[in-house]
Amino acid sequence: MKNPYIPLAMTAEKIVIETDDKNIKTFSLSFLNKAEESSFNYLPGQFAQLSVLGEGEAPFGIASSPTQPGALEFTVNKVGVLTTALHNLEEGAIIGIRGPLGNCFPLELFKGKNIVIVGGGFAFTTLRSLLKYILYHENRSQFSNVTVIYGARRPGLLLYKDEFKQWEARPDLGLYLTVDQADEGWRGKVGVVPNVIKEVAPSPENAYAVVCGPPIMIKFTLPVLRQLGFPPQRIILSLEMKMKCGIGKCGRCNIGNKYVCQAGPVFTLAQLNELSSEY
Amino acid sequence: MKEMKIAKSELARFLDSLISEYKVFAPVKQGGFIAFQEIHSGSEVLLDYVNSKKPPKEIFFPQSEVLFNYRLGGEGLGIEEPTFEDKPMVIFGIRPCDARSLVIFDNIFNSQEYKDVYYTAKRERTLVMAIGCNQPSSTCFCTSLGGGPFSTDGSDLLLIDIDQEYVVQAVTDRGKQLVKKHSQFREAGRRSLSLMRKVTQRASTLIKSKVETGETKKKLDGMFEDPFWDWLHEKCLGCAVCTYLCPTCHCFDIADETLDQMGRRVRIWDTCSFPLFTLEASGVNPRPTGKERMRQRVMHKFKYFVDNHNVAACVGCGRCIKDCPVNLDIRTVLNSILNR
Repeated sequence: MKNPYIPLAMTAEKIVIETDDKNIKTFSLSFLNKAEESSFNYLPGQFAQLSVLGEGEAPFGIASSPTQPGALEFTVNKVGVLTTALHNLEEGAIIGIRGPLGNCFPLELFKGKNIVIVGGGFAFTTLRSLLKYILYHENRSQFSNVTVIYGARRPGLLLYKDEFKQWEARPDLGLYLTVDQADEGWRGKVGVVPNVIKEVAPSPENAYAVVCGPPIMIKFTLPVLRQLGFPPQRIILSLEMKMKCGIGKCGRCNIGNKYVCQAGPVFTLAQLNELSSEY
Repeated sequence: MKEMKIAKSELARFLDSLISEYKVFAPVKQGGFIAFQEIHSGSEVLLDYVNSKKPPKEIFFPQSEVLFNYRLGGEGLGIEEPTFEDKPMVIFGIRPCDARSLVIFDNIFNSQEYKDVYYTAKRERTLVMAIGCNQPSSTCFCTSLGGGPFSTDGSDLLLIDIDQEYVVQAVTDRGKQLVKKHSQFREAGRRSLSLMRKVTQRASTLIKSKVETGETKKKLDGMFEDPFWDWLHEKCLGCAVCTYLCPTCHCFDIADETLDQMGRRVRIWDTCSFPLFTLEASGVNPRPTGKERMRQRVMHKFKYFVDNHNVAACVGCGRCIKDCPVNLDIRTVLNSILNR
């Protein structure tokens, strides 16, 4: 019987500093034992538990897309003990992984639909996985128009800058980057994400909105989407809660009777409206 | 199988023969408390007891358990995969409420998608021999939760004390085989069975506490925002003894411990009564005060668990009532909910 608590070994092939405050790094990991790679079948929206042995374990959304096999990517903000331990690692270090865990974005429902991706700050990780999955040449035709609205406090805090440069050039993607405070070189929009959504006004017709960001952005974004006409069933969110086991046993990530690690992390706004507000 | 019996005078000999084949856990006196411990002789067993201080859940789900050991600085993660003992085990003398709690535990640790191998490895090889309760305590309310002083849920064998001997009900095939194998069991005669009926009837009348858990669940469905939670927690000290002593509380923490190059990942009982339980690294805590934590404990046991597994996470053993330092009685809580 498989022991769900034993992590597999991965090598940190590449560690990239994402933001000018150096607080966010992206870790590109590959399985030490290549045979284990095929056992890790994931979809955008899922997460994994990363271990630094001696320090502990914590859950992170998977930022890479299954359409690019070989490496798993995680973008980590340095906030606590484990994330600091991760940030202190150098390329070549060994990291433990358990997963994939949780549910994924409802990709089957997304097929044939317009997709509006709304992200804020460092919460663009699983959204990046989703975007890469949709834009993948074999998948792109399954989805209709794709709009991305992504903001950060200032240009230096935006993630995945090189990729966004490439995506800006794509004719099959409506991309709107915004910052609260621009600097000299900034050519994108200025203003908070909810205001940019108002301005861009994506049509709710045949569309799903997928929203990840800091609580304050979510709070002001949801009313805007509702005003535009997105029904709660077609607004998708992803939650973060403190977790230990990630497999529905340790008892701490529940919101009402739902364990975020198993029933989530992806929920529709309609589902969240049914749950208690304890998150 | 007909009802069997075993003379109390033969019990020690029976347990001795079990010990040669099984790891046997039984109630013993330990530091002034009753505890379930591994015994090495049938004479160690204590038979005159109401229930153990700590629930026997720790036989399957220890308060602290090593998930795996590792060595830092080598190739890969250096994890030494744990192996599991295969010697069969017997718990002798568990009370029917605690036997029932194991069935409730199975919902969590032996769930469809992820088997908790640390738990299942022990659970599957353990035979449960319960002893019914002739003298339930004033804090017992098992009958309100679908159990009873002679409930057989979770037991392979149930023993009923009729003074000089025990009447033995074999509940499962495993239990039947054990009875067949040991010569100390004899067919129970009419006199024994009539004594048994007397004892069981009397015991049932001794349980005076009654809570309506079905109705309580319906109330709780709409009570998340109720002002009830604003004051309920006020006298609670947050000591969490209620959760540590609860046979159905299963929450745990996972932590790493290292000394030089050697390390181990352990899991430790944790509790929703502690503020750190849900505190995130960012400083956010979705259950920041006693109000949210008390609500979580009550809701988890009597609403969420029922929603998810169709059974309350409570067996009415009364340990949380007996040992609460401020006399916060869960029966009173449930009855107040009913009156909201």
